[in-house]
Amino acid sequence: MGGLPAGRVEPAEHDNAEWEWRVDALMTLLTGVKGGKKLMTVDELRKNIEALGPDAYDRMSYYERWVSSITQTMIQRGVVTTEELGRKMEQIEKRGRE
Amino acid sequence: MKETGKYQPYNYFQLMEVSLRELLVEKGIVTEAQVAATVEDMRNRTPERGARVVAHAWSDPEFKRKLLADGTRACEELGLDVPALRLVAVENTPAVHNMIVCTLCSCYPRMLLGIPPDWYKSRNYRSRAVREPRAVLAEFGLDLPDEMKIRVHDSTADMRYLVLPMRPAGTEGWSEQQLAAIVSRDCMIGVAVPRIA
Amino acid sequence: MAASELSARFRPGERVRVRKVYPLGHIRTPFYIRGRSGVVERLCGAFGNPEELAQMRSGEPKQPLYRVRFLQTEVWPGYRGNPEDALEVEIFQHWLE
Repeated sequence: MGGLPAGRVEPAEHDNAEWEWRVDALMTLLTGVKGGKKLMTVDELRKNIEALGPDAYDRMSYYERWVSSITQTMIQRGVVTTEELGRKMEQIEKRGRE
Repeated sequence: MKETGKYQPYNYFQLMEVSLRELLVEKGIVTEAQVAATVEDMRNRTPERGARVVAHAWSDPEFKRKLLADGTRACEELGLDVPALRLVAVENTPAVHNMIVCTLCSCYPRMLLGIPPDWYKSRNYRSRAVREPRAVLAEFGLDLPDEMKIRVHDSTADMRYLVLPMRPAGTEGWSEQQLAAIVSRDCMIGVAVPRIA
Repeated sequence: MAASELSARFRPGERVRVRKVYPLGHIRTPFYIRGRSGVVERLCGAFGNPEELAQMRSGEPKQPLYRVRFLQTEVWPGYRGNPEDALEVEIFQHWLE
């Protein structure tokens, strides 16, 4: 987006919510910075953020884009499957309601 | 997220975070303790780390020389753990002002400044910093004279940048601690300059 | 040091041009700088090719990475400011000619 017309820079600040910190931590751990197994690269994170489309910047927050991209990468890498993810999301929603 | 005791439904993305994390834990890829420890590490990385580097460079010409030559090695020498950081320190002088942006995503010297502020990640900053830096700086309250050259650094690949601001006049004899206190995060991104209160 | 690393073709001070092409994939050369000419400020080292790393491949051979300095007036027509205002961008060797 470098050089495209855009508005005034508002000096916005933001304290991460707990889940946002955890998304950031997962990225650190999965890229092996902490010495663990390297299961993805920062380039895959960026590629899959770009794949969300140009309107993702308007409809999703920063860490919403990150968590979507990390999850997509884990599916592409075969670390988790779509099926597992769907079942887990279902289970957690149900757990929350009880 | 508010912790009210009452059940708060996760939004879609929060649900995704919880689900992915639990799956990774079940598969033995990460542990909850590792996630918590990593979060703690990140919270502890604040711009004070960068300010310490700047204050030391202002006080020790030999360290400043090393910092400008090889930023990563200089930080290690200062006892800062800077894994995965390839640091280029860029020096402000009476003739040149430097500012940092990442037009492609949100690359930032996180090891020294913590997580980037929202405005740094915003479309407006990323779009305009490379094309009309003087107008952007003016919005931050920094009006630079035309004689001063501006150098904008777009962090497009593997290097991370830190602005080494000019030491303000009137700080002669100050301790490194006193000096570090006037070096704000924004000074090290290059959208502000240190001032004596 | 990885065995698989290309040698650097450009030197600091040398004038280079960023290739003006628009392939698909994940690319770290910003659109706004393609086709522009600048001067090599320094060689940063050699790094995995992000276009390959993004696609789950090794990124080898590593590509020399340069910081290239461009004059703002040569990047943006009608740029207002000091004529020596500059923009520095990291560019991988395979994007330079």
